[in-house]
Amino acid sequence: MFGFILRRLAVAIPTLLLLIVVSFLLMHAAPGGPFTQERALPPQVLANLNAKYGLDDPLWRQMLNYIWGIVAHFDFGPSFVYPDRSVNQIIAAGFPVTLTYGAISFVLAVVVGVSLGVTAAIRQNSWLDYCAVGLSIGAQVLPNFVMAPILVLIFTLWLGWLPGGGWGGPAFWIMPVIAMSTSFMASIARITRSSMLEVLGSNHIRTARAKGLPESKVILRHGLKPALLPVISYLGPAFVTMITGSVVIDMYFSTGGIGRSFVDSALNRDYAVMMGITILVGALTILFNLIVDVLYAWIDPKIRY
Amino acid sequence: MVDTQQMRSLAARLAEPEVRGRSPWADARRRFRRNKAAMVSLFVLILVALFAIFGNQLAAWSNEEMDFAVMGQAAQLGAPSFANGHYFGTDDLGRDLFSRTVQGTQVSLMVGLIGAGIAVIVGTLYGATAGYVGGRTDAVMMRLVDILMSIPYMFVLILLLVMFGRSMTMLFLGIGLISWLDMSRIVRGQTLSLKNREFIEAARATGVPAWKIILRHIVPNILGVVAVYATLLVPLMILSESFISFLGLGVQEPLTSWGALISEGAGTMNYGTLWQLAFPLFFFCITLFAFFFVGDGLRDALDPKDR
Amino acid sequence: MALLQIRDLNVRFATTDGEVSAVNGINLDVQRGQTLGIVGESGSGKSQLAFSIMGLLARNGRATGSVQFDGTEILNASPRVLNRIRAEKIAMVFQDPMTSLNPYMRVSDQMAEVLVLHKGISRRQALVESVRMLDAVKIPDARGRIGLYPHEFSGGMRQRVMIAMSLLCRPDLLIADEPTTALDVTVQAQIMELLADLQRDFGMAMVLITHDLGVVAGSCERVMVMYGGRIMERAPVEPIFAVPAHPYTQGLLAAIPRVDQKGDQLSAIPGSPPNMTNPPPGCPFAPRCAYAMPVCEAMPPLEQFAVDRERACHAPLSALRQGPPPQPDLPEPAAIEEVQP
Repeated sequence: MFGFILRRLAVAIPTLLLLIVVSFLLMHAAPGGPFTQERALPPQVLANLNAKYGLDDPLWRQMLNYIWGIVAHFDFGPSFVYPDRSVNQIIAAGFPVTLTYGAISFVLAVVVGVSLGVTAAIRQNSWLDYCAVGLSIGAQVLPNFVMAPILVLIFTLWLGWLPGGGWGGPAFWIMPVIAMSTSFMASIARITRSSMLEVLGSNHIRTARAKGLPESKVILRHGLKPALLPVISYLGPAFVTMITGSVVIDMYFSTGGIGRSFVDSALNRDYAVMMGITILVGALTILFNLIVDVLYAWIDPKIRY
Repeated sequence: MVDTQQMRSLAARLAEPEVRGRSPWADARRRFRRNKAAMVSLFVLILVALFAIFGNQLAAWSNEEMDFAVMGQAAQLGAPSFANGHYFGTDDLGRDLFSRTVQGTQVSLMVGLIGAGIAVIVGTLYGATAGYVGGRTDAVMMRLVDILMSIPYMFVLILLLVMFGRSMTMLFLGIGLISWLDMSRIVRGQTLSLKNREFIEAARATGVPAWKIILRHIVPNILGVVAVYATLLVPLMILSESFISFLGLGVQEPLTSWGALISEGAGTMNYGTLWQLAFPLFFFCITLFAFFFVGDGLRDALDPKDR
Repeated sequence: MALLQIRDLNVRFATTDGEVSAVNGINLDVQRGQTLGIVGESGSGKSQLAFSIMGLLARNGRATGSVQFDGTEILNASPRVLNRIRAEKIAMVFQDPMTSLNPYMRVSDQMAEVLVLHKGISRRQALVESVRMLDAVKIPDARGRIGLYPHEFSGGMRQRVMIAMSLLCRPDLLIADEPTTALDVTVQAQIMELLADLQRDFGMAMVLITHDLGVVAGSCERVMVMYGGRIMERAPVEPIFAVPAHPYTQGLLAAIPRVDQKGDQLSAIPGSPPNMTNPPPGCPFAPRCAYAMPVCEAMPPLEQFAVDRERACHAPLSALRQGPPPQPDLPEPAAIEEVQP
């Protein structure tokens, strides 16, 4: 198992480096420098600025400095637009918020989605099954940016129960979490249901029943593991889509997470912040895929490490 | 979202040799016609397409014209009405929402179809090549796909859009060039199972060059899988585009799309102009619904199995 | 009182193409320590008969009638009743050892859970007992290999594991559903020998379901031939091989390849098994039967015609003894392949 993780890491780390290099090169290939403004700066000021940010060094040195800063000090450098703030500070301000509602949404989507899917499969063709299937089909066309305005419309404008935006106690978490998790919950429920149905019809489940195990044990001990395999392989892409969704959540609910910083920096052409966030998200994604791979290998003994 | 497990089962089923007398396609057509949800959805899709094509003929106002009578007073005067020709109402600027929705539908459908088209072409050729050639080439090509898949592509796409300017071409390129990854994996798997079948070996034995085998023998045999996946890909493309447009980073005024319209509607709903959200949202939802149902229906028709 | 007593058992499946009757009005007794072979082609309902006894029918299946085990009614019994019978009193060995064991669990866990559940012993004791049972089914180095996963065993070994697992509670009745079909011929013989030995050692009754008459000849006392969900013929093993009293049994015997017989043509039974959504009226075998008569439109009852022998056929025994009359209007036998599961 240890060797397996090492080998996956051996792929993950170059991937991350590649991501850093590519986004660095992209930033430099972009038309216009970070200090290109409508009103041209005096040449002396521009030269000073360039010197301060190391932009007059040769490209390869800039790149090495940048990578070294990230790898050695976890330092993404200063913001290009707000010279008094570093990228790290901007990320540190937003990331805990994103992590809070993101983690809640993720756990909720997995737990509710799997339970709903399993229950629907066990009670196939019951009203509960039809509800779960209908709900999951409906939720597929309700991505976060559709859910968000509908939720605000109902819970803030009509009922006045929940704050329409901002960040504070749990009352502020409810709508972001619902908006973020609904479509994933639905997808997970759908995948779990169909894979559980397939597993329940398989021979080894019949064997488990023939052994006289009570139905609950048949499902939990013999059915759940194989039924979860497709769900686990879905979690990787789901995580990416979810973290992407945080951009909408932050925009719409003014929660102040890194999604907001990302869009702001995109609109301000603050490349340093954009890159910092892209790399952070990339690293999280790669880490998460690694966890998913390990989880999969742990459940399925046929995968040799 | 596309369930790769089910895709694999579909691929396996389509790769099975024909045992029955009827061709699998005729069988599939019969099963598809029996699927009510899919047939209704197909009908809805046709209606939406007709709306996009001929909607402008019905509109009383063009999409760029501003109705100065309602401008600035959208909440009071801009509600949907047949009297002043604004069937879906107007936005704050007094622009006719009906013709804006027609335009948004055109743009969104186009993005969906072209995006899926790029994905189909690139993904099929890439996957078929990797699967057919095999060996080290395959390993390298698929490793590249793995790497690209672990990149948070929406962030990169936004990065690209910001750096190189927001244009439709950039949007198409960005969406289409990332969406082929899944497709190439599915096609590769399918190619691997076809590769050792007798008719491919026969072609190889008679000296047909590799590229010809891929185009003439492999690609036609995986069209079923590709068609199903492409149908499911269109709504995903529309979702991606709408997502970006919702953030204000997608299509630019005066062009619009469902995402942009939903974003506008969501932004102004506090002022009581709900129709601005309702109409684009309605078209968005029924179209996505219909695409998902048609895709599922196609899959079930080609791979009948109790799920 | 018989150990297993089945009366008027019917099994129906609701499918999208209509109702399928897999088993029709079966009566059957199995005595303690007895071995019964159930023979028939695929689709003859023999496996569904076994599943209905254990309450293992697929979700869309319904069984009616009566199945009594040791005097207790178990057909459609509550899960609580069934789960006390399963594995403890009646155990089952399935056809495909590749998929019948749980691929995600170690063999040790799969075996131990049976004993922990039914005998209430500790896991450690259960493991000791399981190793002993693996030794009994002649798995070399059982202690070292019990911790492996099923895919780390060969097909024959997996079936041995399956058999060991089913015998853990010393059941009174073992139902073996085509236990050797998925295995190599050499391994088949070993497994059958093992089953026969264990049956004798443990003194249990055994129902052996197979499509292979050769397997039955070697290991069963009585044979029941099924077709279209009905019993065609039932008798002790010797007379059924010597003087088959039903055209279907005759056909099955004639289809066994034999070296000691002249002629190079294998005689297959013409036609294919009936579509059970729309079964033929009367005798299900009539459409393929060389002796078919107008009276076969009505199902012949299963009648005793000699000591301990029963058959369900209208054709007179004398006609059967003379061999089938020429049937020009039936399709060429050579064009028919037997459908394998």
